[in-house]
Amino acid sequence: MLKEKYDVIVIGAGPAGLAAAIEAKKTGAQDVLVIERAQELGGILQQCIHNGFGLQIFKKDMPGPAYAQRFIDELAGLHIDTLLDAMALNVTSERHVYATSRTSGFLELDTRALVLAMGCRERTRAQIALPGTRPAGVYTAGTAQRFVNIEGFMPGKRFVILGSGDIGMIMARRLTFEGAKVERVLEIMPFLTGLTRNYVQCLLDYDIPLQLEHTVKRIIGNNRVEAIESVQIDSQRQPIPGTEETIPCDTLLLSVGLIPENELSRKAGVALDPVTAGPFVDEKMQTSVPGIFAAGNVVHVYDLVDWVTQAGLLCGRNAAEYAIAARKHHGRRVRMKAGDNVRYVVPHVLDKESLAESAQRLQMRVTLPIEEPVWVEVMNGEERVTRKTELYVRPGEMVNIDIPQSAYDAVQRASELSVRVVRR
Amino acid sequence: MADKTYDVIIIGAGVVGSMVARFLSRYKLDILLIEKDSDIGMGASCANTAIVHAGYDPKPGSLKAEMNVLGNQMFDQLAGELNFSFERRGDYVVAIGPEEYGKLETLRQQGLANGVPGMVMLNGADVRQREPNINPEVSGALWASTGGICDPFSVVIAAAENAVANGVTLLTDTAFQDFIIEGKCIVGIKTNHGEFRSRWVVNSAGLYSDLVMHKAGLRPEFKITPRKGEYYVFDKAEITINNVLFPVPSETSKGILVTTTIHGNTIIGPNALEIEDKEDRSITPEGLNEIWQGALSLVPSLNLRYAIAEFAGLRPGGNAPSANPNIKYNKDFIIEIPKEVDGLVNLGGIESPGLTSSPAIAVRVVELLKDAGEELQEKPDWNPIRRARPRFRDMLPIEQKLLIENDAKYGRIICRCENVTEGEIVAEIHAPIPARTYDAIKRRTWLGTGRCQGAFDTPRVVEILARELGVSPLEISKKGKGSEFLVRPTKDEEAE
Repeated sequence: MLKEKYDVIVIGAGPAGLAAAIEAKKTGAQDVLVIERAQELGGILQQCIHNGFGLQIFKKDMPGPAYAQRFIDELAGLHIDTLLDAMALNVTSERHVYATSRTSGFLELDTRALVLAMGCRERTRAQIALPGTRPAGVYTAGTAQRFVNIEGFMPGKRFVILGSGDIGMIMARRLTFEGAKVERVLEIMPFLTGLTRNYVQCLLDYDIPLQLEHTVKRIIGNNRVEAIESVQIDSQRQPIPGTEETIPCDTLLLSVGLIPENELSRKAGVALDPVTAGPFVDEKMQTSVPGIFAAGNVVHVYDLVDWVTQAGLLCGRNAAEYAIAARKHHGRRVRMKAGDNVRYVVPHVLDKESLAESAQRLQMRVTLPIEEPVWVEVMNGEERVTRKTELYVRPGEMVNIDIPQSAYDAVQRASELSVRVVRR
Repeated sequence: MADKTYDVIIIGAGVVGSMVARFLSRYKLDILLIEKDSDIGMGASCANTAIVHAGYDPKPGSLKAEMNVLGNQMFDQLAGELNFSFERRGDYVVAIGPEEYGKLETLRQQGLANGVPGMVMLNGADVRQREPNINPEVSGALWASTGGICDPFSVVIAAAENAVANGVTLLTDTAFQDFIIEGKCIVGIKTNHGEFRSRWVVNSAGLYSDLVMHKAGLRPEFKITPRKGEYYVFDKAEITINNVLFPVPSETSKGILVTTTIHGNTIIGPNALEIEDKEDRSITPEGLNEIWQGALSLVPSLNLRYAIAEFAGLRPGGNAPSANPNIKYNKDFIIEIPKEVDGLVNLGGIESPGLTSSPAIAVRVVELLKDAGEELQEKPDWNPIRRARPRFRDMLPIEQKLLIENDAKYGRIICRCENVTEGEIVAEIHAPIPARTYDAIKRRTWLGTGRCQGAFDTPRVVEILARELGVSPLEISKKGKGSEFLVRPTKDEEAE
């Protein structure tokens, strides 16, 4: 069962979100919820079936799903709530979260601290204004990776890859394993944009040519990609006439950069750095909105998942501390109600956590005088929380009663307490 | 099939053909609407600037001017009946510098001659106040309050769905090949799916309207020259221009606009490049640069970094002299029942403002048929209303909650940028005019049009389409046969 209010809600169950949720719980946050749009935890790691994860943190070379599983297992032991196949639609600066899912329906949740861990998305064909027709067969490397590794389908037979980003190079190898022909990898920059180890292990080892300072001049084919025209570019990134080459292929994969995914951050009023496209954060990973934290690729794009995990840990710890502090001041509250022969009670509402620190005094006036001994009783429905006796009560004289710390548990159960003054 | 004789066959289910079908569906007629593509509205109707023009641009006295102003007036009622997205926001023709300001009055006079109501001249300060992002050198603007914006594909689908609901038969993937002519009378058409006989044929073939009329031996000199227009679309979270901003037009073109779409994105474009290929919707660096430079002169603060899509559309520009002998104009609409053959309603050169004009053209077609002696009897049960299907992202939270409680599929978001739900996708797959390809769903729901351009939703939509249509994911295509997404299972899958 989901709660209405959490100490920490984490949006996104990739490496950053998993680490943040785990660390928040370990730091002392009581109620932690992770919202994830996929049907399982782990985020993009689940489709990264290649090795190369965990060398920094676990001193071990692991595939993505195995790396994710370590955190998923740990999370399961910590009684952290999860909401899968669910999308956070909106987040307010007061950390009110609107989410929806097929199984849980439309949800409105509150949280004392919020962790944004939505990760990043791939730059598309449109963002680099790639000329030519618009046929089927142009995919971002990550979409192709999902088709192959999750859905179990090949998106083409003969590939050209634009961009020497890591996902592109890893897909070049993966597609070759699957019997596809990767004609070449084109990179507009004069240098590799991904990791050198991926160049060696994914391209060199499989004789896939890499052409630096080359790009796609246009895409050819109306229904399906039939070819691409490549071109060499000069130091001003302008095409060099006469260097065009038509490369027959049925698929063009794009590995041309990642952009932090901050649409929700924006809705929450979080200030974004135009350079990173992620939130401005302080040393606690707190954004410009108090109580809203961010970690991982949503802040800036990392090269290794291990660093994402570390950012998540830091963020989760601070989010929990913020929530614990907030709990003291803005905890769950109970309304006070004037019962029999009571005109009003002050305070009107009581923070349930306040009893953890001290007894809480209620003050009231009675409606009618009773000139004989009475009970002043604090009730949760039919359950008596505490009571005391007075020799008499009169409207002109304020009545006090203290709720003792021993009533902490009884108060936690209540949403409303009524106070009454009755004859003994 | 060969035995049956339709009353009317309409060639081409773009906005004009669909609108004609919808207005004719009011009468006791057996109507067949054919479309060569896998979906309706895939030509000029779905790739344009999405503006319902006020009507100050076309040459006074032309059919274009008449249809534009009449069509514009029909949009409020039509949007109400057919439930498509339409907002009458007004539009601005923006003059930069003192020289251009003088040309605004000419345009206003032209508008008055065409019967355009509600035009106002604004000075530079007024314009800057209404659109703070405008080029500060703005000297003034012509404000036309009747200008509007719409989702053009939603106009096509709404009209066609209403036609189908009122008994019109729609066949997609059905291409006109030739007429069947007896004497001087057209009695039917040949298609890739056989012959269909009818008493009337309406040529609303858009880019191909010249080829269709040539098959009837008409207007051999008439030629459609596709005029390509390219566009940039911007991320609505980053750049918002709330107005429709035209530059001062040239002789040949209304120029490169900076405008808002009904979905809230800013778009810029189009250029105007005459080409021969009727299917060449490729985008080019030269074209993109041209629209970029044009847009900057209106709104200098635009930033290309926030462009999320580019596309190109083809205007079916004709070369027909105006039917009005009093004016010299050779790019007018053709709306006629030609004398040379019997049984043909001939429409041609319906380029901009074709979307705006489409309902007026449809009414004119009805009138032409009446003039030709057709006794059009109204159906007692004709229903002018086409209900809209739920659009999750446009709803209030409480409405979303109720929608999901009613059907849990609306709780699952498939397109994360535009918040399109599984429920909406499934509804479109099983709609009166079913969406059977990715692009068909995209045009109907606006899925995949946001900043990730379908990178997230594509695998999920392929899965949903395969499930709902009961076919393998290998059969699911982007836009019809030959554009399938996937080629074979992976080795692991094959081994299992």
